Amino acid sequence: MTVISSVKNLEALSLSVVAEFDAGVERVWQIWEDPRQLERWWGPPTWPATFEKHDFVPGGEVTYYMTGPNGEKARGWWRFVAIEAPHRLEFDDGFSDDNGDPVADMGAVRGVVTLEPIGDRTRMTVHSTFEAEEQMEEIVAMGMEEGMKQALGQVDAILAEHANA
Amino acid sequence: MDRLFQAFADATRRDIVRRVTTGEYSVSGLAALYTMSFAAVQKHVAVLERASLVTKEKRGREQIVRANHDGLQKARRLLDEYEVIWRQRSERIADLLAETGPPTTP
Repeated sequence: MTVISSVKNLEALSLSVVAEFDAGVERVWQIWEDPRQLERWWGPPTWPATFEKHDFVPGGEVTYYMTGPNGEKARGWWRFVAIEAPHRLEFDDGFSDDNGDPVADMGAVRGVVTLEPIGDRTRMTVHSTFEAEEQMEEIVAMGMEEGMKQALGQVDAILAEHANA
Repeated sequence: MDRLFQAFADATRRDIVRRVTTGEYSVSGLAALYTMSFAAVQKHVAVLERASLVTKEKRGREQIVRANHDGLQKARRLLDEYEVIWRQRSERIADLLAETGPPTTP
């Protein structure tokens, strides 16, 4: 199992996920630094990501889009807050409109990534903090594998139906 | 494995959740609906109970299963779903690292 632990804070709307990889810290850093590697894993196979701009410096901006199963595009932006190669990365992650401009009222997710060596392996911790529940809903809708999303959505619809009955 | 993720990963468990949100069922009543043993259904209910999706209450000889709406609190559910996203990303990262191996300099 790649992910070894996770911690959720309901009040702070935050999630920490800890994963361990069979590769050194320098190698794992590249999956964040290199947009061609980043787009291999950021989006699920059903919503692959394409990074158009990836200015990997503090204050630098990223623009990307994810392409859905019916060809629809969902655009997003990042802004790097801090970069301390190869151990720590802090960035804001939000949605953009069709023109690529940030959707201000959606807010951003603050992500803090830390890489620690464990022998010749790497422990990666990703701490994400949301601003609002609505924002989480949008992100979750696009970031998840289709099958699981349908499974959860199905149960959700049933619960909503029942609540309104 | 995340409990909610695990709970929803099975078709029978999703069906049990669907049924108990619209009415109460006894474990034996549920068992009669599926082509599996009472013990197997009991196990599914236990998984749902651990994920706080249902509650179980003894009534005479029967065990009554009901939906636990508090357990389906929105923020928690969304964080659980976001966790699934990161678990899937982590698996893809592991695959990518395994595939490319150590970086080579030309």
